[in-house]
Amino acid sequence: MIMQRRYAIEALTAAGLIAAPLVLPYLGFAPNTVNRILVWGLFGIGFDILFGYTGMLSFGQSAFYGTGGVVAAWLLTRAGFPNVFLALIIGMISAAVVGYLVGLIALRRTGIYFAMITVAIAEVFFFVEFNPLSDFTGGENGLPGVPTPSFNLGLTTLHFTTGWSLYQFLALCYFVGIVIALRIVRSPVGAILSAIRDNPLRAQAVGHNIHGYKLTAFVIAAAYAGFAGGLLGVLQAFMPPDAFTFETSGQLVMQTAIGGTGTLFGPLLGAAVWLFLQDFLQSALGLGAAWKLVLGTVFVLLVTFLRRGIIGGIRDLYVWATSRRNGHEATDAESLADFSDIPDSGGMPVTIAPHRRAGDRSSGPILQARGLTKRYGGLVANSDIDFTVNHGELRGVIGPNGAGKSTFFKMLTCEVTPTSGSILFEGRDITGMNVTDVCQLGLTKSYQVNQLFTHLTVRENLTVAVLADLRGRFKLDLFRNVASIPGLAAQVAQTMMLVRLTRRADTKVSDLAYGEKRRLEIGLALATSPSLLLLDEPLAGMSPQERVETVKLLKSLSQGRTMIIIDHDMDSLFELAERVTVLQEGRVLVEGTPDEIKANPAVQEAYLGGVIE
Amino acid sequence: MVNWANFVSQLFNGLALGALLALISSGLTIIYGTLGVLNLAHGAMFMLGGYAGYVAFTYTGSFVIAVVAGSLFVALVGIVMERVIIRHFYGRPHEDQLLVTFGLSIVCVEVVRFAFGSQSQLVPPPPLFSGITPLGFMFYPTYRLAVVGIIAVALSALFVVLYRTRIGMIVRAGIEDSTMVDMLGINVYRVFMIVFGIGAMAAGFAGIVNAPVVSLTPGIGDDILVQTFVVVVIGGVGSFPGAVLGGLIAGEIISITSMFNPGYAYVMLFAAMALVLVLRPYGLLGTRGRE
Repeated sequence: MIMQRRYAIEALTAAGLIAAPLVLPYLGFAPNTVNRILVWGLFGIGFDILFGYTGMLSFGQSAFYGTGGVVAAWLLTRAGFPNVFLALIIGMISAAVVGYLVGLIALRRTGIYFAMITVAIAEVFFFVEFNPLSDFTGGENGLPGVPTPSFNLGLTTLHFTTGWSLYQFLALCYFVGIVIALRIVRSPVGAILSAIRDNPLRAQAVGHNIHGYKLTAFVIAAAYAGFAGGLLGVLQAFMPPDAFTFETSGQLVMQTAIGGTGTLFGPLLGAAVWLFLQDFLQSALGLGAAWKLVLGTVFVLLVTFLRRGIIGGIRDLYVWATSRRNGHEATDAESLADFSDIPDSGGMPVTIAPHRRAGDRSSGPILQARGLTKRYGGLVANSDIDFTVNHGELRGVIGPNGAGKSTFFKMLTCEVTPTSGSILFEGRDITGMNVTDVCQLGLTKSYQVNQLFTHLTVRENLTVAVLADLRGRFKLDLFRNVASIPGLAAQVAQTMMLVRLTRRADTKVSDLAYGEKRRLEIGLALATSPSLLLLDEPLAGMSPQERVETVKLLKSLSQGRTMIIIDHDMDSLFELAERVTVLQEGRVLVEGTPDEIKANPAVQEAYLGGVIE
Repeated sequence: MVNWANFVSQLFNGLALGALLALISSGLTIIYGTLGVLNLAHGAMFMLGGYAGYVAFTYTGSFVIAVVAGSLFVALVGIVMERVIIRHFYGRPHEDQLLVTFGLSIVCVEVVRFAFGSQSQLVPPPPLFSGITPLGFMFYPTYRLAVVGIIAVALSALFVVLYRTRIGMIVRAGIEDSTMVDMLGINVYRVFMIVFGIGAMAAGFAGIVNAPVVSLTPGIGDDILVQTFVVVVIGGVGSFPGAVLGGLIAGEIISITSMFNPGYAYVMLFAAMALVLVLRPYGLLGTRGRE
């Protein structure tokens, strides 16, 4: 793929932008049309980071586009501000600040709520711009007389006026915009944004503050929108009030969807298609006002049949063509073959050191739960559970279905707040903390039902988890390359080796066999280098042979690590665990060594269905 | 400048607008609750109802026939839309559903613009409700009073359908858990189609009933759609009582603020929405559920 060559995309973009004025006129593009495409394309870069990369569909981007545009235009026309470029920057910053404030409200909800809230907020901006602030914004007259940029270079003055002359300035802005966006996308933050799109719950559980990252994406999108809005005023020598309309947001969404999401270039391509068709349908075919009907119909068909836009379609075609030559499906047999790669007798070849923190003790209790109770209305899921696990222990938890095992685990990892009782982890009270902070402290779990980042590869999945360990819950290293973080690659590679997925490193999760997904599920938890690892039914749904191999794997993982395992497979659990806790009807029935548990009549009664004496 | 007659008159305006929003929002919210699809073409359904009624009125001269024809036509459009396009999107991400319904709304609006042009069309109120009514201390347009009554009847009818009939019980069960309904042996896709039809019809009915109050333009649904979103966020997605309560609140906020300064109507509406989001993120009468 082209991604592997460093700066190849940047170079291609530059070449394309330089070649455009030479080629496009022959295709029937007027210079003004090309300039408009660039402004939409730049506007769309930020939107694509928000929608394509982070998965948040906003129908309210017009608010930031308009804000940036009006601020820049006001500075240049009313306030007598001389420097066009600086005005654009100030417009961009204003839009980003507004984006931050709006984000605080809009991001309280996700999914369709988020879409609805952004629509409503953008409508507020539209009305405010038209009415209460019309002295400032020009109301429905807009702000005419926006100057074009000129730069005094000492010897000569560069002045970008209209047409291809202004194109040079816009192309430069677009290029810088793309370069910055590519850096963001390749940064740790970019990796986490993709993880949030795929599975916000897990991104949170491996220790990322997803709210902070979503807000970051929202502000980035607002900043791009604000800058593009300023350019719109420059391009038209007039800041039109209709930048604030719902139609603007809608057109952006449609152009991005047409071009393809998650590519950064989709909006540019979409805008080119959109504006070209608009001109073509209106003038060449003489459709007049009906052009929008045609485009709307095309859009509906496109969304229905070509899910990922034009670029997505081309990419799918490419993948389809190449995979016919060398592609194959993973099989369970193959996935088992991975186990033979690494000799697993004689201890571990590699280990990830669990967290070492101040006050760490190598003995004594690591986790103490006291009187843990959870009620759902009248239903008591867990009642008065006392539970202590020591450093280095491998504890098994069993119990019949409905015994409250999963609720118990959820309380320990703080996914669920207990009704009463307290949890001490490494001597610290973690009751009522959230799952992200607890993971950062070194306590995490692997899920009963796989919670993976399905559209990412094995390596990318583990990278997301390791990033939480190395960078903490929130860090804005937007311009740092993921590859340059010390220790990241090593820790990802070690984890892959531990869960025997090295050979599948660059396979997408959706192409993995079930057993491999289960191992990756464990790997995600492991990659955060927890000092206490909880495993919720790690053997669920596995074939007998996979179970044998996975038990071996778990045994090797438990070296130097504290683990608690829930499972139904009692033979495996008795083989693994040093001590076993039996839950029944939400209470601790008994606790002891596997042999004691096997011999306990109460357990036999409850779990094995009774024994005839 | 604020006098009592003016204030009371605005209260009535708010009631009329609120009732209208309540009905449209109910349609949106039961569709979302049951199908899990947020229909961005819902505003277009409102607009289509107005135009279909307008056409019927032009040919027959009867307002009653206009209302019936407008509602039924939109119900039909809704059913066709669900059968032909929407149902392919049940298994796809919410974002795709938003995109396709957004595209459909543009198609609807542009078809109407193509057929009727952008200039506004008028539907006169029925003779029975024309003129103004003296309310003792002020005069109020009779038809607006009638709108409140008509919509109250429609909301009651919707209530009866949802809470007192078999299909309504299935719909409410579907809002709770449509997978479970499916597993109980009820053809949930047929229910989806009916719900989409009923939801669209609620918007279409509102569209033609409201037509004499405003003049019809192809873009009339856009503003209504945004207000409907606010109503649903305030009331709670998937909640019929929430839609009614949210509608009335939104209607009064818009009307009373407009009395002082129309430019701030949306600001106040938004402030109310923000307040609800901060204090009760799932809406006044909503429950924590699917997003």
